[in-house]
Amino acid sequence: MEQPAATPLIAEPKRGKRLTIRNNETMAGWLFVSPMLIGVTILVLLPILATLALSFADWNFVQGWNGIHWIGFDNFSKLLDDPAFTRSVRNNLVFLLAVPAYMIVSMVLAILIDRYVYWKGFFKVAYFMPYISSIVAVAIVWQVLFQPSYGPINEMLKAIGIDNPPMWIADPKFALTSIIMITVWVSIGFNLIIYIAGLQSIPRDLYEAADIDGANAWVKFARITFPLLSPTSFFLLVTGIISSFKVFDIIAVMTQGGPIGSTSLMVWYLYDQAFNNLKIGYSSSVAVVLFLFVLLITAGQWIAQKKWVNY
Amino acid sequence: MPEQLSRLDWRKLVVTAVLFALSILFLLPFFWMLVTSFKIENDVFVYPIQWIPKQWNAIANYKEVWFGDYPFYVYYLNSIKVGVITTLISCATASLAAYGFSKVRFKASGYLFVIVLATYMVPNQAILVPQFILYRNIGLFDSLFGLIIIGSFSVLGTFMLRQFFMGIHQEYIESAKIDGAGHFRAFWSIAMPLVKPAVATYAILRFIWTWNDYQNPLIFLRTDKLYTIPLAMQKFTSMSGEFYSLIMAAAVSAIVPLLVVFIIGQRSVIDGIALGGVKG
Repeated sequence: MEQPAATPLIAEPKRGKRLTIRNNETMAGWLFVSPMLIGVTILVLLPILATLALSFADWNFVQGWNGIHWIGFDNFSKLLDDPAFTRSVRNNLVFLLAVPAYMIVSMVLAILIDRYVYWKGFFKVAYFMPYISSIVAVAIVWQVLFQPSYGPINEMLKAIGIDNPPMWIADPKFALTSIIMITVWVSIGFNLIIYIAGLQSIPRDLYEAADIDGANAWVKFARITFPLLSPTSFFLLVTGIISSFKVFDIIAVMTQGGPIGSTSLMVWYLYDQAFNNLKIGYSSSVAVVLFLFVLLITAGQWIAQKKWVNY
Repeated sequence: MPEQLSRLDWRKLVVTAVLFALSILFLLPFFWMLVTSFKIENDVFVYPIQWIPKQWNAIANYKEVWFGDYPFYVYYLNSIKVGVITTLISCATASLAAYGFSKVRFKASGYLFVIVLATYMVPNQAILVPQFILYRNIGLFDSLFGLIIIGSFSVLGTFMLRQFFMGIHQEYIESAKIDGAGHFRAFWSIAMPLVKPAVATYAILRFIWTWNDYQNPLIFLRTDKLYTIPLAMQKFTSMSGEFYSLIMAAAVSAIVPLLVVFIIGQRSVIDGIALGGVKG
């Protein structure tokens, strides 16, 4: 063990021993972290560097290593002129709307479940079901429910008098909205649980004091609950935005980016370029842009956190 | 009885009723899936929806899904194998690293931790291509072992467990070492028992995430008989096209084991998620 507080006078004669102890500590430290370190280095760190390098190359799988051409920033300038890519970026930005949508619903539900209901446990589990279920199974079920001509949802809409219900994921105008709706449905459970945890950390006596002052429910929400939930909201906003840039499964299963590119997100476009079109260099440049987006958001988080969050 | 009733808060009752109505929106798709899996194909889209099947075909449907052309029992075994082994290895690597980063004082510790943590920021799709090339070249492509390895080094798990290890007083570790135990003894006999609940929570979450993982099997597997459940489901759906009762039977089969794990570990899953604020 290191003893930083030890005076030099005592430390001096023990110097040799302390050195070996320190060496042992160092050795033990490296041993403990080395499995993780080796795994992360090989499976993550090196691939990150490789992605950066490949984004400057023109290459596809079939050509072998000799087929690599280094083309500088060409991939990136091509991206700017690629309507399918800019459409994916735009879709990603539209997709961000899902985040505040499920956050608001979750916050309201969390406040109600935390204070104003019987059977709390039931509600937590019920709203949480979509989150733990396999997203593939969920996507397939919704695909069938949304089936345009004879699916249950449109049958119900027709039954209540809507003659031309939307075609949902088959309609380019509605497909992204449908995916956003399902994402909201899936994400509420997670956000709800975090909000309930956040609510439980608000001291009760604040509300008691407000009661004594005669504050009504709205004032208590606006002056106590909402501000004191701001760290939670902020955390959910940032993780929500970042995870919206990682949405893949639901697109791959339900729409494959279609119809006509209306649900293509950056991650889908990256996958499509790499594994369907075999354009490795080009898809790596998409990966770099994706990474830059996430980096920007994370950097923004550091700055914003200081400004807006009340602790 | 009347006394009890009067103690029921009417406002609370109304809110409960409203939220219950809303929760139907969350449960109904699952219920529809279950009911449909029991029906004969012709009844699937009959409107108004038959919430109780008129003609039961449950046994034939499930038999077809489990032992037909796409035998789900094979995919189940794959998923269980991958899920269990990934969870075990991941818990081991994560708790070792978490202990190393919190309880052993060595010089590089801080830098190493920041580097490891920084990799978490990178969307995993951004490194799929190099991982794919790597796997092709070292012979891990298209094998369950490769799939297990890719899920076995979790930065998130390390971060989560480190929080708990930091909560253990350093004196416990020091006194064990004064008694002559090395770090490994201290880790195994002192630290691990203390963080057992946290490791259990992480294990359940890791199992659920691995079970649900679609992306990695999609990229790293080719052979049909190696498929895990989510990938098999998707292939099954695109193959059996219009047989929705079968597809729903497959979906039910995919979700039920998770539901069991979730219900058993419900408290620790919900608390764990709340505590770590973690996301698959």
